[in-house]
Amino acid sequence: MSRKVIMTQDDIKRTLARIAHEIIERNKVIENLLLVGMHTRGVPLAKRLAANIEEFAGQKIAVGALDISLYRDDLSSLELKPTVKSTDIPASVDGKSIVLVDDVLYTGRSIRAAMDALIDLGRPRSIQLAVLIDRGHRELPIRADYVGKNMPSSRHEEIQVQLKESDGLDEVAIISAPDKEGQ
Amino acid sequence: MKTEQPIKTVAPKPTAVWRHHHILDIDDFSREEIELVFQTTKAMKEVLSRPIKRVPALRGKTLITLFYEPSTRTRLSFELAAKNLGADAASLSAPASSVTKGESLVDTLSTLQALGADIVVMRHPQSGAPYIATKYLKASMVNAGDGWHAHPTPALLDIYTIQEHKENLKGLKVVIIGDIMHSRVARSNIWGLTTMGAEATLCGPPTLLPTGLGEKHSQLPPVSIEHDIERALDGADAVMTLRLQLERQRSGLLPSTREYIQLYQLNEARLKLAKPDALVLHPGPVNEGIEISSAVAHGPQSVINEQVTNGVAVRMALLYILAGSPKQ
Repeated sequence: MSRKVIMTQDDIKRTLARIAHEIIERNKVIENLLLVGMHTRGVPLAKRLAANIEEFAGQKIAVGALDISLYRDDLSSLELKPTVKSTDIPASVDGKSIVLVDDVLYTGRSIRAAMDALIDLGRPRSIQLAVLIDRGHRELPIRADYVGKNMPSSRHEEIQVQLKESDGLDEVAIISAPDKEGQ
Repeated sequence: MKTEQPIKTVAPKPTAVWRHHHILDIDDFSREEIELVFQTTKAMKEVLSRPIKRVPALRGKTLITLFYEPSTRTRLSFELAAKNLGADAASLSAPASSVTKGESLVDTLSTLQALGADIVVMRHPQSGAPYIATKYLKASMVNAGDGWHAHPTPALLDIYTIQEHKENLKGLKVVIIGDIMHSRVARSNIWGLTTMGAEATLCGPPTLLPTGLGEKHSQLPPVSIEHDIERALDGADAVMTLRLQLERQRSGLLPSTREYIQLYQLNEARLKLAKPDALVLHPGPVNEGIEISSAVAHGPQSVINEQVTNGVAVRMALLYILAGSPKQ
Protein backbone atom coordinates (compact mmCIF):
# COMPACT_ATOMS: atom_id res chain seq x y z
CA MET A 1 0.00 0.00 0.00
CA SER A 2 1.40 3.38 -0.94
CA ARG A 3 0.23 6.78 0.21
CA LYS A 4 0.95 10.03 -1.58
CA VAL A 5 0.00 13.48 -0.34
CA ILE A 6 -1.72 15.42 -3.13
CA MET A 7 -2.79 18.52 -1.19
CA THR A 8 -1.08 20.07 1.80
CA GLN A 9 -2.58 22.43 4.34
CA ASP A 10 -1.47 25.45 2.26
CA ASP A 11 -2.88 23.95 -0.93
CA ILE A 12 -6.25 23.41 0.72
CA LYS A 13 -6.27 26.96 2.06
CA ARG A 14 -5.46 28.50 -1.33
CA THR A 15 -7.97 26.28 -3.09
CA LEU A 16 -10.80 27.24 -0.73
CA ALA A 17 -9.92 30.92 -1.20
CA ARG A 18 -10.07 30.48 -4.96
CA ILE A 19 -13.41 28.66 -4.85
CA ALA A 20 -14.82 31.39 -2.58
CA HIS A 21 -13.84 34.00 -5.17
CA GLU A 22 -15.42 31.93 -7.93
CA ILE A 23 -18.66 31.62 -5.95
CA ILE A 24 -18.75 35.41 -5.47
CA GLU A 25 -18.01 35.97 -9.13
CA ARG A 26 -20.73 33.61 -10.30
CA ASN A 27 -23.45 34.66 -7.85
CA LYS A 28 -24.13 38.34 -8.15
CA VAL A 29 -26.62 38.40 -5.28
CA ILE A 30 -24.61 37.15 -2.35
CA GLU A 31 -27.39 37.65 0.22
CA ASN A 32 -29.35 34.92 -1.51
CA LEU A 33 -26.60 32.30 -1.12
CA LEU A 34 -26.91 29.32 1.19
CA LEU A 35 -23.94 27.00 1.58
CA VAL A 36 -24.91 23.44 2.49
CA GLY A 37 -22.19 21.04 3.61
CA MET A 38 -22.70 17.32 3.26
CA HIS A 39 -21.85 15.23 6.31
CA THR A 40 -19.17 14.55 7.37
CA ARG A 41 -16.39 16.59 5.78
CA GLY A 42 -18.51 18.81 3.58
CA VAL A 43 -19.74 20.57 6.70
CA PRO A 44 -16.43 22.12 7.83
CA LEU A 45 -15.57 22.87 4.18
CA ALA A 46 -18.82 24.82 3.80
CA LYS A 47 -18.07 26.75 6.98
CA ARG A 48 -14.59 27.67 5.75
CA LEU A 49 -15.94 28.77 2.36
CA ALA A 50 -18.55 30.92 4.11
CA ALA A 51 -15.86 32.52 6.25
CA ASN A 52 -13.82 33.26 3.12
CA ILE A 53 -16.79 34.76 1.30
CA GLU A 54 -17.55 36.91 4.33
CA GLU A 55 -13.94 38.12 4.35
CA PHE A 56 -13.77 38.85 0.60
CA ALA A 57 -17.26 40.26 0.06
CA GLY A 58 -18.06 41.62 3.51
CA GLN A 59 -21.29 39.72 3.57
CA LYS A 60 -22.35 37.04 6.07
CA ILE A 61 -23.48 33.80 4.43
CA ALA A 62 -25.90 31.21 5.85
CA VAL A 63 -24.41 27.71 6.27
CA GLY A 64 -26.30 24.46 6.74
CA ALA A 65 -25.51 20.77 7.16
CA LEU A 66 -27.16 17.95 5.24
CA ASP A 67 -27.27 14.24 5.98
CA ILE A 68 -28.20 12.09 3.02
CA SER A 69 -28.42 8.66 4.71
CA LEU A 70 -32.20 8.60 4.32
CA TYR A 71 -31.90 9.27 0.58
CA ARG A 72 -29.28 6.69 -0.34
CA ASP A 73 -30.06 4.05 -2.96
CA ASP A 74 -27.89 1.36 -1.38
CA LEU A 75 -29.37 0.93 2.11
CA SER A 76 -29.81 -2.83 1.90
CA SER A 77 -26.35 -3.40 0.53
CA LEU A 78 -24.57 -1.45 3.22
CA GLU A 79 -23.51 -3.88 5.87
CA LEU A 80 -21.84 -1.22 7.93
CA LYS A 81 -24.24 1.61 7.82
CA PRO A 82 -23.33 5.23 8.30
CA THR A 83 -25.04 6.68 11.31
CA VAL A 84 -27.82 9.08 10.40
CA LYS A 85 -26.72 12.55 11.41
CA SER A 86 -28.91 15.57 11.81
CA THR A 87 -29.80 17.79 8.93
CA ASP A 88 -29.68 21.39 10.00
CA ILE A 89 -30.58 24.03 7.43
CA PRO A 90 -30.88 27.42 9.17
CA ALA A 91 -33.34 29.04 6.79
CA SER A 92 -35.98 28.08 4.25
CA VAL A 93 -34.45 26.85 1.00
CA ASP A 94 -37.22 28.43 -1.06
CA GLY A 95 -35.78 30.78 -3.66
CA LYS A 96 -32.20 30.36 -2.37
CA SER A 97 -29.13 29.87 -4.51
CA ILE A 98 -27.68 26.81 -2.83
CA VAL A 99 -24.07 25.76 -3.09
CA LEU A 100 -23.77 22.13 -2.07
CA VAL A 101 -20.32 21.39 -0.63
CA ASP A 102 -18.65 17.98 -0.42
CA ASP A 103 -15.08 16.78 -0.09
CA VAL A 104 -14.85 14.23 -2.91
CA LEU A 105 -16.97 13.86 -6.05
CA TYR A 106 -16.95 10.24 -7.22
CA THR A 107 -19.93 8.30 -8.62
CA GLY A 108 -22.31 11.24 -8.20
CA ARG A 109 -24.81 9.12 -6.27
CA SER A 110 -24.41 11.08 -3.05
CA ILE A 111 -25.03 14.31 -4.97
CA ARG A 112 -28.19 12.83 -6.49
CA ALA A 113 -29.34 11.92 -2.98
CA ALA A 114 -28.44 15.39 -1.68
CA MET A 115 -30.43 17.10 -4.44
CA ASP A 116 -33.46 14.94 -3.62
CA ALA A 117 -33.07 15.82 0.06
CA LEU A 118 -32.84 19.56 -0.68
CA ILE A 119 -35.82 19.53 -3.00
CA ASP A 120 -37.88 17.78 -0.30
CA LEU A 121 -37.14 20.78 1.93
CA GLY A 122 -38.52 23.32 -0.54
CA ARG A 123 -37.86 24.90 -3.93
CA PRO A 124 -34.39 26.39 -4.21
CA ARG A 125 -33.77 28.87 -7.03
CA SER A 126 -30.69 26.93 -8.08
CA ILE A 127 -28.30 24.29 -6.79
CA GLN A 128 -24.59 24.47 -7.53
CA LEU A 129 -21.91 22.03 -6.47
CA ALA A 130 -18.50 22.71 -4.96
CA VAL A 131 -16.05 19.88 -4.25
CA LEU A 132 -12.49 19.79 -3.01
CA ILE A 133 -11.54 16.80 -5.17
CA ASP A 134 -13.07 15.40 -8.35
CA ARG A 135 -11.79 11.88 -8.77
CA GLY A 136 -13.84 10.85 -11.83
CA HIS A 137 -15.82 7.60 -12.33
CA ARG A 138 -19.23 9.24 -12.53
CA GLU A 139 -22.23 6.91 -12.73
CA LEU A 140 -24.77 9.72 -13.14
CA PRO A 141 -24.86 12.84 -15.34
CA ILE A 142 -23.54 15.18 -12.65
CA ARG A 143 -20.64 17.65 -12.71
CA ALA A 144 -19.30 20.14 -10.21
CA ASP A 145 -19.49 23.92 -10.70
CA TYR A 146 -16.43 24.53 -8.53
CA VAL A 147 -13.60 22.00 -8.31
CA GLY A 148 -10.62 22.27 -6.01
CA LYS A 149 -8.49 19.71 -7.77
CA ASN A 150 -9.12 17.18 -10.51
CA MET A 151 -7.55 13.93 -9.45
CA PRO A 152 -8.04 11.16 -12.01
CA SER A 153 -7.89 7.98 -9.97
CA SER A 154 -8.42 4.29 -10.36
CA ARG A 155 -11.31 2.61 -8.60
CA HIS A 156 -9.08 0.65 -6.28
CA GLU A 157 -7.40 3.78 -5.02
CA GLU A 158 -8.73 5.66 -2.06
CA ILE A 159 -8.80 9.44 -1.72
CA GLN A 160 -8.31 10.32 1.92
CA VAL A 161 -9.41 13.81 2.90
CA GLN A 162 -8.46 14.92 6.38
CA LEU A 163 -9.59 18.19 7.89
CA LYS A 164 -8.60 19.88 11.13
CA GLU A 165 -12.20 19.93 12.40
CA SER A 166 -12.72 16.17 12.07
CA ASP A 167 -9.25 14.65 11.83
CA GLY A 168 -6.84 17.10 13.46
CA LEU A 169 -4.92 18.07 10.32
CA ASP A 170 -5.52 19.41 6.80
CA GLU A 171 -4.30 17.02 4.14
CA VAL A 172 -5.49 15.12 1.07
CA ALA A 173 -3.76 11.91 0.12
CA ILE A 174 -4.22 9.17 -2.43
CA ILE A 175 -3.82 5.62 -1.18
CA SER A 176 -3.22 2.80 -3.63
CA ALA A 177 -4.28 -0.49 -2.16
CA PRO A 178 -2.54 -3.49 -3.72
CA ASP A 179 -4.71 -4.90 -6.48
CA LYS A 180 -6.56 -7.95 -5.16
CA GLU A 181 -5.47 -9.91 -8.20
CA GLY A 182 -1.87 -8.94 -7.72
CA GLN A 183 -1.57 -10.51 -4.29
CA MET B 1 -10.25 -9.50 -13.63
CA LYS B 2 -10.41 -6.16 -11.90
CA THR B 3 -12.75 -5.91 -8.99
CA GLU B 4 -15.73 -3.70 -9.84
CA GLN B 5 -16.50 -2.98 -6.21
CA PRO B 6 -16.09 0.78 -5.76
CA ILE B 7 -13.97 1.75 -2.80
CA LYS B 8 -15.57 4.23 -0.49
CA THR B 9 -13.71 7.49 -0.72
CA VAL B 10 -14.87 8.50 2.69
CA ALA B 11 -15.37 5.44 4.81
CA PRO B 12 -18.85 5.64 6.29
CA LYS B 13 -18.72 5.64 10.04
CA PRO B 14 -19.35 1.99 10.71
CA THR B 15 -22.06 1.00 13.11
CA ALA B 16 -20.96 -2.52 13.74
CA VAL B 17 -22.66 -2.30 17.12
CA TRP B 18 -26.02 -3.44 15.71
CA ARG B 19 -26.62 -7.19 15.98
CA HIS B 20 -30.36 -7.66 15.58
CA HIS B 21 -32.45 -8.91 12.70
CA HIS B 22 -35.56 -8.88 14.91
CA ILE B 23 -36.63 -6.63 17.76
CA LEU B 24 -38.24 -8.86 20.35
CA ASP B 25 -37.27 -7.17 23.59
CA ILE B 26 -34.54 -4.83 24.75
CA ASP B 27 -33.19 -7.22 27.37
CA ASP B 28 -30.43 -8.17 24.93
CA PHE B 29 -29.72 -4.63 23.72
CA SER B 30 -26.33 -3.17 24.54
CA ARG B 31 -25.90 0.39 25.64
CA GLU B 32 -24.30 1.14 22.25
CA GLU B 33 -27.30 -0.27 20.40
CA ILE B 34 -29.72 1.84 22.42
CA GLU B 35 -27.54 4.89 21.77
CA LEU B 36 -27.57 4.14 18.02
CA VAL B 37 -31.38 4.00 18.14
CA PHE B 38 -31.51 7.32 20.00
CA GLN B 39 -29.09 9.05 17.64
CA THR B 40 -31.15 7.86 14.67
CA THR B 41 -34.35 8.94 16.47
CA LYS B 42 -32.98 12.46 16.73
CA ALA B 43 -32.49 12.58 12.95
CA MET B 44 -36.02 11.21 12.46
CA LYS B 45 -37.45 13.95 14.67
CA GLU B 46 -35.87 16.46 12.32
CA VAL B 47 -37.67 14.76 9.41
CA LEU B 48 -40.95 14.94 11.38
CA SER B 49 -40.47 18.68 11.88
CA ARG B 50 -40.40 19.33 8.12
CA PRO B 51 -43.40 20.51 6.12
CA ILE B 52 -43.08 17.34 4.02
CA LYS B 53 -42.60 14.59 6.59
CA ARG B 54 -41.41 11.94 4.21
CA VAL B 55 -38.07 10.53 3.10
CA PRO B 56 -37.50 7.70 0.64
CA ALA B 57 -35.16 5.60 2.81
CA LEU B 58 -37.39 2.49 2.84
CA ARG B 59 -38.85 2.87 -0.64
CA GLY B 60 -40.05 -0.50 -1.90
CA LYS B 61 -40.13 -2.15 1.54
CA THR B 62 -43.34 -3.56 2.94
CA LEU B 63 -44.36 -3.49 6.58
CA ILE B 64 -47.29 -5.57 7.75
CA THR B 65 -48.86 -5.15 11.16
CA LEU B 66 -50.41 -8.29 12.59
CA PHE B 67 -52.43 -7.62 15.74
CA TYR B 68 -54.11 -10.36 17.73
CA GLU B 69 -55.05 -7.82 20.40
CA PRO B 70 -56.58 -4.37 20.01
CA SER B 71 -54.29 -1.37 19.87
CA THR B 72 -54.75 2.26 19.09
CA ARG B 73 -51.53 4.19 19.11
CA THR B 74 -48.95 1.45 18.66
CA ARG B 75 -50.36 0.22 15.40
CA LEU B 76 -51.01 3.69 14.06
CA SER B 77 -47.57 4.93 14.94
CA PHE B 78 -45.86 1.94 13.29
CA GLU B 79 -47.86 2.52 10.12
CA LEU B 80 -47.11 6.24 10.13
CA ALA B 81 -43.43 5.52 10.77
CA ALA B 82 -43.31 3.16 7.78
CA LYS B 83 -45.09 5.65 5.52
CA ASN B 84 -42.88 8.54 6.61
CA LEU B 85 -39.91 6.47 5.45
CA GLY B 86 -41.48 5.73 2.08
CA ALA B 87 -42.36 2.09 2.86
CA ASP B 88 -45.73 0.51 2.18
CA ALA B 89 -47.77 -0.42 5.23
CA ALA B 90 -50.60 -2.90 5.35
CA SER B 91 -52.38 -4.42 8.28
CA LEU B 92 -54.08 -7.62 9.30
CA SER B 93 -56.34 -7.63 12.33
CA ALA B 94 -56.98 -11.01 13.81
CA PRO B 95 -60.78 -10.82 14.08
CA ALA B 96 -61.18 -9.66 10.50
CA SER B 97 -58.99 -12.29 8.95
CA SER B 98 -58.95 -16.01 8.51
CA VAL B 99 -57.54 -16.25 12.03
CA THR B 100 -61.15 -16.57 13.11
CA LYS B 101 -61.46 -19.48 10.67
CA GLY B 102 -58.79 -21.29 12.63
CA GLU B 103 -55.65 -20.38 10.68
CA SER B 104 -52.63 -20.96 12.89
CA LEU B 105 -50.00 -18.33 13.62
CA VAL B 106 -47.47 -20.27 11.56
CA ASP B 107 -49.78 -20.37 8.53
CA THR B 108 -50.49 -16.67 8.83
CA LEU B 109 -46.79 -15.87 9.00
CA SER B 110 -45.95 -17.91 5.94
CA THR B 111 -48.73 -16.11 4.10
CA LEU B 112 -47.28 -12.74 5.10
CA GLN B 113 -43.87 -13.97 3.97
CA ALA B 114 -45.29 -15.04 0.62
CA LEU B 115 -46.99 -11.66 0.26
CA GLY B 116 -43.56 -10.07 0.41
CA ALA B 117 -43.39 -8.59 3.90
CA ASP B 118 -39.98 -7.21 4.82
CA ILE B 119 -40.95 -6.31 8.36
CA VAL B 120 -43.75 -7.82 10.41
CA VAL B 121 -44.99 -5.98 13.50
CA MET B 122 -46.91 -8.35 15.73
CA ARG B 123 -48.94 -8.11 18.92
CA HIS B 124 -49.97 -11.40 20.47
CA PRO B 125 -51.66 -12.26 23.78
CA GLN B 126 -49.19 -15.04 24.52
CA SER B 127 -45.81 -14.24 26.00
CA GLY B 128 -43.06 -15.54 23.74
CA ALA B 129 -45.19 -15.79 20.58
CA PRO B 130 -42.91 -13.50 18.52
CA TYR B 131 -39.89 -15.62 19.47
CA ILE B 132 -41.55 -18.71 18.00
CA ALA B 133 -42.67 -16.66 15.01
CA THR B 134 -39.10 -15.79 14.04
CA LYS B 135 -38.47 -19.48 13.28
CA TYR B 136 -40.98 -19.26 10.45
CA LEU B 137 -40.17 -15.83 9.13
CA LYS B 138 -37.38 -14.49 6.96
CA ALA B 139 -38.68 -10.96 7.40
CA SER B 140 -37.72 -8.93 10.47
CA MET B 141 -40.10 -9.34 13.39
CA VAL B 142 -40.89 -6.43 15.66
CA ASN B 143 -42.65 -7.29 18.88
CA ALA B 144 -45.49 -4.87 19.54
CA GLY B 145 -46.40 -6.56 22.80
CA ASP B 146 -46.52 -10.25 23.76
CA GLY B 147 -48.64 -11.18 26.76
CA TRP B 148 -47.17 -9.81 29.95
CA HIS B 149 -43.67 -10.24 28.66
CA ALA B 150 -42.27 -7.40 26.57
CA HIS B 151 -43.13 -4.31 24.56
CA PRO B 152 -39.81 -2.85 23.47
CA THR B 153 -40.89 0.24 21.49
CA PRO B 154 -42.73 2.13 24.28
CA ALA B 155 -39.80 1.43 26.59
CA LEU B 156 -37.38 2.90 24.06
CA LEU B 157 -39.51 5.98 23.54
CA ASP B 158 -39.93 6.47 27.30
CA ILE B 159 -36.20 6.30 27.84
CA TYR B 160 -35.55 8.53 24.84
CA THR B 161 -38.03 11.10 26.21
CA ILE B 162 -36.32 11.07 29.61
CA GLN B 163 -32.92 11.40 27.99
CA GLU B 164 -34.03 14.38 25.89
CA HIS B 165 -34.83 16.26 29.08
CA LYS B 166 -32.11 14.96 31.38
CA GLU B 167 -29.21 14.50 28.92
CA ASN B 168 -27.74 11.56 30.81
CA LEU B 169 -29.65 8.70 32.40
CA LYS B 170 -26.85 7.56 34.65
CA GLY B 171 -27.89 7.54 38.30
CA LEU B 172 -31.38 8.92 37.64
CA LYS B 173 -34.14 7.64 39.90
CA VAL B 174 -37.05 6.51 37.73
CA VAL B 175 -40.19 5.40 39.57
CA ILE B 176 -42.73 3.13 37.89
CA ILE B 177 -46.08 3.07 39.71
CA GLY B 178 -48.96 0.70 39.26
CA ASP B 179 -49.74 -2.70 37.87
CA ILE B 180 -46.22 -3.87 37.13
CA MET B 181 -47.19 -7.52 37.07
CA HIS B 182 -49.38 -7.28 33.98
CA SER B 183 -47.30 -4.61 32.28
CA ARG B 184 -45.06 -5.60 29.41
CA VAL B 185 -44.11 -1.93 29.02
CA ALA B 186 -42.78 -1.87 32.58
CA ARG B 187 -40.74 -5.02 32.05
CA SER B 188 -39.07 -3.68 28.91
CA ASN B 189 -38.51 -0.35 30.63
CA ILE B 190 -36.73 -2.03 33.55
CA TRP B 191 -34.28 -3.62 31.12
CA GLY B 192 -33.67 -0.49 29.12
CA LEU B 193 -33.36 1.85 32.10
CA THR B 194 -30.92 -0.48 33.82
CA THR B 195 -28.79 -0.82 30.67
CA MET B 196 -28.60 2.97 30.42
CA GLY B 197 -27.50 3.31 34.04
CA ALA B 198 -30.72 4.60 35.61
CA GLU B 199 -32.10 3.18 38.84
CA ALA B 200 -35.62 1.82 38.60
CA THR B 201 -37.93 1.87 41.61
CA LEU B 202 -41.16 -0.09 41.31
CA CYS B 203 -44.16 0.87 43.37
CA GLY B 204 -47.57 -0.77 43.66
CA PRO B 205 -49.69 -3.02 45.85
CA PRO B 206 -48.01 -6.40 46.52
CA THR B 207 -50.70 -8.17 44.47
CA LEU B 208 -49.71 -6.21 41.37
CA LEU B 209 -45.94 -6.68 41.60
CA PRO B 210 -44.32 -9.76 40.07
CA THR B 211 -43.06 -12.20 42.64
CA GLY B 212 -39.35 -12.67 43.14
CA LEU B 213 -38.42 -9.13 42.08
CA GLY B 214 -35.16 -7.90 43.49
CA GLU B 215 -34.27 -11.40 44.65
CA LYS B 216 -31.26 -13.31 43.48
CA HIS B 217 -33.09 -15.68 41.18
CA SER B 218 -35.17 -12.88 39.59
CA GLN B 219 -35.11 -12.85 35.81
CA LEU B 220 -35.22 -9.06 35.81
CA PRO B 221 -32.25 -6.83 36.64
CA PRO B 222 -31.97 -5.49 40.20
CA VAL B 223 -34.61 -2.88 41.10
CA SER B 224 -35.87 -1.24 44.29
CA ILE B 225 -39.34 -2.14 45.52
CA GLU B 226 -41.46 0.28 47.49
CA HIS B 227 -45.07 -0.27 48.46
CA ASP B 228 -45.48 3.24 49.86
CA ILE B 229 -45.93 5.77 47.06
CA GLU B 230 -44.63 8.69 49.14
CA ARG B 231 -41.37 6.95 49.94
CA ALA B 232 -41.08 5.79 46.31
CA LEU B 233 -41.45 9.33 44.95
CA ASP B 234 -38.88 10.87 47.28
CA GLY B 235 -36.21 12.51 45.11
CA ALA B 236 -37.42 10.94 41.85
CA ASP B 237 -36.15 12.32 38.51
CA ALA B 238 -38.94 10.76 36.45
CA VAL B 239 -42.25 9.13 37.37
CA MET B 240 -44.15 6.77 35.15
CA THR B 241 -47.68 5.69 36.05
CA LEU B 242 -49.19 2.65 34.40
CA ARG B 243 -52.76 2.21 33.25
CA LEU B 244 -54.87 0.37 35.81
CA GLN B 245 -56.81 -2.30 33.97
CA LEU B 246 -60.25 -2.16 35.54
CA GLU B 247 -60.70 -5.90 35.33
CA ARG B 248 -57.96 -6.32 37.94
CA GLN B 249 -60.46 -5.40 40.59
CA ARG B 250 -62.92 -7.98 39.35
CA SER B 251 -60.27 -10.65 39.46
CA GLY B 252 -59.74 -9.97 43.16
CA LEU B 253 -56.26 -8.44 42.97
CA LEU B 254 -57.53 -5.10 44.27
CA PRO B 255 -60.11 -4.52 46.99
CA SER B 256 -61.50 -1.47 45.22
CA THR B 257 -60.59 1.15 42.67
CA ARG B 258 -61.27 3.82 45.29
CA GLU B 259 -58.68 2.34 47.61
CA TYR B 260 -56.17 2.19 44.75
CA ILE B 261 -56.77 5.88 44.02
CA GLN B 262 -56.22 6.74 47.69
CA LEU B 263 -53.00 4.78 47.95
CA TYR B 264 -51.41 4.95 44.50
CA GLN B 265 -52.79 7.80 42.42
CA LEU B 266 -50.14 10.27 41.27
CA ASN B 267 -51.57 13.65 42.27
CA GLU B 268 -50.10 17.12 42.70
CA ALA B 269 -49.38 16.76 46.42
CA ARG B 270 -47.49 13.52 45.91
CA LEU B 271 -45.61 14.80 42.86
CA LYS B 272 -44.13 17.52 45.08
CA LEU B 273 -42.11 14.81 46.83
CA ALA B 274 -40.20 14.14 43.63
CA LYS B 275 -37.53 16.54 42.37
CA PRO B 276 -39.00 19.90 41.23
CA ASP B 277 -38.06 19.15 37.61
CA ALA B 278 -39.22 15.52 37.69
CA LEU B 279 -40.88 14.33 34.49
CA VAL B 280 -44.28 12.62 34.43
CA LEU B 281 -44.74 9.85 31.89
CA HIS B 282 -47.59 7.51 31.03
CA PRO B 283 -47.58 4.85 28.30
CA GLY B 284 -51.25 5.57 27.52
CA PRO B 285 -54.14 5.28 27.24
CA VAL B 286 -54.61 7.30 30.43
CA ASN B 287 -57.38 6.62 32.96
CA GLU B 288 -57.56 10.17 34.20
CA GLY B 289 -58.61 10.37 37.82
CA ILE B 290 -57.54 6.80 38.55
CA GLU B 291 -53.80 6.16 38.29
CA ILE B 292 -53.05 9.83 37.63
CA SER B 293 -54.98 13.00 38.43
CA SER B 294 -56.04 15.23 35.55
CA ALA B 295 -54.02 18.11 36.95
CA VAL B 296 -50.81 16.05 36.83
CA ALA B 297 -51.54 14.42 33.47
CA HIS B 298 -51.94 17.86 31.89
CA GLY B 299 -49.54 19.69 34.20
CA PRO B 300 -46.27 21.38 33.34
CA GLN B 301 -44.19 18.34 34.27
CA SER B 302 -46.15 15.97 32.03
CA VAL B 303 -44.38 14.78 28.87
CA ILE B 304 -47.20 12.44 27.84
CA ASN B 305 -47.79 14.18 24.50
CA GLU B 306 -44.07 14.26 23.73
CA GLN B 307 -44.05 10.51 24.27
CA VAL B 308 -46.56 10.07 21.45
CA THR B 309 -44.52 12.20 19.02
CA ASN B 310 -41.28 10.50 20.04
CA GLY B 311 -43.03 7.16 19.53
CA VAL B 312 -43.25 7.75 15.79
CA ALA B 313 -39.62 8.90 15.61
CA VAL B 314 -38.31 5.93 17.62
CA ARG B 315 -40.23 3.51 15.42
CA MET B 316 -38.90 5.20 12.27
CA ALA B 317 -35.39 4.80 13.68
CA LEU B 318 -35.91 1.10 14.41
CA LEU B 319 -37.44 0.38 10.99
CA TYR B 320 -34.58 2.22 9.28
CA ILE B 321 -31.92 0.35 11.23
CA LEU B 322 -33.65 -3.01 10.71
CA ALA B 323 -34.09 -2.50 6.97
CA GLY B 324 -30.37 -2.08 6.55
CA SER B 325 -29.34 -4.83 8.96
CA PRO B 326 -27.62 -7.88 7.52
CA LYS B 327 -30.01 -10.73 6.76
CA GLN B 328 -29.83 -13.83 8.85
